[in-house]
Amino acid sequence: MEEDLHLGQHISRKYNDELEHLRGKVLAMGGLVEEQCRNALAALVRGDAVLAETVATSDHRVNELEVAISAECTDTLARRQPAASDLRMLVSIIRMTSDLERIGDEAEKIGRLAMNLAAGHEKQSYYAEPEHLGERVLEMLHGALDAFARLDVKAAIEIASRDPEIDREFEALTRLLITHMMEQPRAVSSMLRVNWCARALERIGDHSVNLCEQVVYLVKGSDVRHVSLEEIRDKYLEPGDRKETGGEVDG
Amino acid sequence: MNSMTVTADGVISSPATARADLDIREHEHVSHYQTIGEPFVDNAKMSARNVNVFYDDKQAIFDVSLDIGGNEVIAMIGPSGCGKSTFLRVLNRMNDIIPICRVQGDISLDGDNIYGSDQDTVLLRARVGMVFQKPNPFPKSIYENVAYGPRIHGLAHSKAEMDEIVETSLRRASLFDEVKDQLDKPGTGLSGGQQQRLCIARAIAVSPEVILMDEPCSALDPIATARIEELIDELKANYTIAIVTHSMQQAARVSERTAYFHLGKLIEVGDTKEIFTMPKHELTENYITGRFG
Repeated sequence: MEEDLHLGQHISRKYNDELEHLRGKVLAMGGLVEEQCRNALAALVRGDAVLAETVATSDHRVNELEVAISAECTDTLARRQPAASDLRMLVSIIRMTSDLERIGDEAEKIGRLAMNLAAGHEKQSYYAEPEHLGERVLEMLHGALDAFARLDVKAAIEIASRDPEIDREFEALTRLLITHMMEQPRAVSSMLRVNWCARALERIGDHSVNLCEQVVYLVKGSDVRHVSLEEIRDKYLEPGDRKETGGEVDG
Repeated sequence: MNSMTVTADGVISSPATARADLDIREHEHVSHYQTIGEPFVDNAKMSARNVNVFYDDKQAIFDVSLDIGGNEVIAMIGPSGCGKSTFLRVLNRMNDIIPICRVQGDISLDGDNIYGSDQDTVLLRARVGMVFQKPNPFPKSIYENVAYGPRIHGLAHSKAEMDEIVETSLRRASLFDEVKDQLDKPGTGLSGGQQQRLCIARAIAVSPEVILMDEPCSALDPIATARIEELIDELKANYTIAIVTHSMQQAARVSERTAYFHLGKLIEVGDTKEIFTMPKHELTENYITGRFG
């Protein structure tokens, strides 16, 4: 069996169109979720109350897409009884939309916290502490969606491999904020909020790993959820493709 | 046993070595054509090795090796003309009645070559029964349809014994309750689904070990189809079943293993679950997802 999936080429052109439409919708949902995350991070870092409110009140768009995609999947399952790669495509889409919706929830959460922070005092320098973490998480999310669009297993595994570093960065950030808290006890409540934002970003990283796992499932047919990163890399990467990063993938 | 094995190279091996030749995995000379998956099982009821089938000069089956395990349901799928029905018919020598048909290779039932010169085909077909696409009850009463086989094989020694066989067979075919008050009515008066179950009862009546089904539901409505599928599930406790079907959903529902044929070759065989979620061969993938080959 070839590495690549042969999408399209169904005898039924309508079936092709349905699956293509569905895939497009998932990518659109991914794009929307990405935009929400980017805006949430920018609102936090810049202390932008208006942008934060926009993010906090736009999550319904993501939810609507989730419901619409879910309905289309149900419809296709009922009408077409898909098998093999088509079946895996639908199953992975169903799982991915659930992760995307949760990423949307995390962005909304950051939006609300950022609103709160921006309303309280003048912008404080520590609001920007999660910026680097946030940028890296956004790259992961973007990369995961890109790997799905291109059905690129190698890229998906590479993206998933970044998660342990994200976790370490979140830990370090927490320690840093605790130090700040000890220095400025009056700012503890807003620093807690900043830490919650960082926590939300770290969760977005975990959900991005889940998206990557679905790309592996879709293309390779094996369920790699709760499988160690080392095992996944051993199985699917050529020795030359491997970059040494340790840890376990666990969403 | 007079077993002649034709290997993939066309070399006819002697009867003395025929048994060893059953396992082609040990022989490199057949590696030029390789079925993907696992065609062999530990508890084979029937074994086909390097089977080639010709209609005159036209070859319909190319070097097919496949085990049918005891008490398993194996589905054979593939596009029209892929040889799946031909292969099924070879398993109880149904092709003998076609004069231009030639079969090479080794096919055994419980280890005995069914193409041996001493093989009685009538007895073979009692052990390896068949159910066809179109229900074909005899123009006789329901009772006689079922009793016919046991009678010619002398399986019943009294009227009471025959009654017993007829009732048991009809029960196993899930038909008895629907016809018990009209056993003397013609079998052709039943509905299509009932007729097909009558044909299954008729096949069961001679206590076969293997039941071959050639598109048994293609002339039936979904309700009758569901009843036959339910029946297949019950029958596998006592029988080995090989089913040819055009309905991939049916293959997915009823079988434990699935074999995919393409242009006379056995392309891939494996657990049904695997075949329908992660087929290994591109041809299998294309067929079950409805893509152009």
